[in-house]
Amino acid sequence: MLRMQNVSKTYQHRRQTVAALDNATLRIAAGDFISLVGPSGSGKSTLLLMLGGMLSPTSGKVFLDGQSVYDLDFNGRARLRKKRIGFVFQTFNLVPYLTALENVQIPLYLAGASDSEQEERAIALLQRVGLGNRIDHKPAELSVGQQQRVALARMLANDPALILADEPTGNLDPETADQVIRFLEEFNEEGRTIVMVTHDPRAASRAKRTLKLADGSIVDDDASPDRSLQVA
Amino acid sequence: MNLRKLVWRELFERKSQMLTCFLAILLGITTVVAIKNVTYYSEKAVAREMDSLGANVLVLPKSVTLQDYYSADMHDEVIPEEYVMRLTMSDIQGVDNLSPKLHVPVEVGGKNFAFTGILPKSEFQAKASWAGAGIFSRPIGCGAVDVAAESEPEDKKTLVRKRVIKDLGSHEILVGSDVAAVQGAAEGDSVTLLGESFSVVAILPETGTVDDSRIFGHLHTVQDLSGKGPVVNCIEIVGCCKEIAAGLVDGVNKLLPDAKVVTVKQVVATQQNVNHMMGRLSVIFLVIIVVVGGAGIANYMYANVHERRREIGTLMALGAESGLVLRIFLLKATLLGLAGGVGGFVMGTTLAVTLGPKLAGVPVLPMPILILWAVGISAGITLTASFFPARRAARLDPCTTFQEI
Repeated sequence: MLRMQNVSKTYQHRRQTVAALDNATLRIAAGDFISLVGPSGSGKSTLLLMLGGMLSPTSGKVFLDGQSVYDLDFNGRARLRKKRIGFVFQTFNLVPYLTALENVQIPLYLAGASDSEQEERAIALLQRVGLGNRIDHKPAELSVGQQQRVALARMLANDPALILADEPTGNLDPETADQVIRFLEEFNEEGRTIVMVTHDPRAASRAKRTLKLADGSIVDDDASPDRSLQVA
Repeated sequence: MNLRKLVWRELFERKSQMLTCFLAILLGITTVVAIKNVTYYSEKAVAREMDSLGANVLVLPKSVTLQDYYSADMHDEVIPEEYVMRLTMSDIQGVDNLSPKLHVPVEVGGKNFAFTGILPKSEFQAKASWAGAGIFSRPIGCGAVDVAAESEPEDKKTLVRKRVIKDLGSHEILVGSDVAAVQGAAEGDSVTLLGESFSVVAILPETGTVDDSRIFGHLHTVQDLSGKGPVVNCIEIVGCCKEIAAGLVDGVNKLLPDAKVVTVKQVVATQQNVNHMMGRLSVIFLVIIVVVGGAGIANYMYANVHERRREIGTLMALGAESGLVLRIFLLKATLLGLAGGVGGFVMGTTLAVTLGPKLAGVPVLPMPILILWAVGISAGITLTASFFPARRAARLDPCTTFQEI
């Protein structure tokens, strides 16, 4: 489903070239659940952003279902995300002035759903994550766990095949974190591919496969060779 | 969820910022509308006053110079009275009042004075009505709004200011102040001129001009008594300055090729200068409002984009294209512009109507047309000032939504 081919990303920082990702080659099969681990600055989020079409590589190619993501223009990548990719953020990134229901409606609005379709599906998704009684609450009126569940509902709105989660449990207590991981496992069981950046070893251990990054390189993979990992 | 709701909710999320921005637009537009409104009525009042200063276009016989007209005020050259009808019946715009004159010397009590024949306005109206066209069948005047109370019965003494008189009998005369002083004439007296008896209907106030040494009578009576026939020495025209600038004189020249048409430049220039000054004042205020208001709105919008980077990035991560982000900010600017324009019109008009008479000394009426102007300017400023911040938002790097890169 996902393929990175000799991907590098470098930044200029105070006249010095910093390699955020160094010649990474990677294959991720459809339906996989991958955790990306490593110390801060190791390139985990860079890799995640590149998989999501949010950050152009300095060199190399990224393919999603055979489509070279960065051969698409800015708006083309936005359309790709809208149809195929769901994001989960560490800080939830809910729109603060919208209710839970309206937050979940955003991807549906972007996809062109009618008002009634938006409302019907958003309510169903919020009920699925156990927030059917909080649809009119704004993020500030919800606990952090509830906020992350709203974010999960929003992520599911357009039925994405690929879920990219950036430290989804980073701001949560262990019990709520466990609840979020259970949701991700559930989504994975539905056939969705999940790539999750995490610092939490317990969360990482729930994934089917763990990639370890250090200094911009994939240095370890707990998968067997037939799972198509190549470490640069 | 839709674009309108997205924009509307955000506006009220940051109430203080929105109110500050809205107030800046509101006050700016209020100021501009109030100035525009008061200026408009001040200009009209000034135009009215300037028009009353007298004729600003003269139609003279070809061989007569303006100097002859002023220094001697008496010359033998004449032009046909029919020219008056030609002007009356023409489609020339900007002719406010016409005053044909024929001067003949008369001796009263051993002293020489000028007996000036003038044509009352009622006779123009009768002729124009009979002909079914002409200046009295279309709006006349220079656009000066007469906001004074109902017109009072005409005082014949206003001849010295307005250059025309509404009614004058064939044997009625108006006597200049010098003539009255020398002859000891008073209203109601009878005076014999050119062998006929005339009734003095008014003694004109002193003007310090040659009018003080004149006796005014009906043009046709003067023509008959002098034996000169249907001719006049000059036609004084109160022309509208705007139309004079736009070629009124050329129009009269074409219509009357055998006459000389000259403008009394000082009167025209003064009125044009006053109008230009007011126009410039209005433009200066407008420019200040546009620059200051625009800079304030641009600053607010840049700050708003900066503050909402994460939100914009999130929308992009969810699939929002750059065009949508651009529209979010431009719609917000449009809403602020519309609200500021309408609010500014209401406040500006209220200020102008209530304070205008006290500050400018002229009655001010609401001008509904200014709402289009106010909304146009307001929306124009907000949209222009917001375009670059909006474009920056649309080009924002969506990676900013993530904490770690």
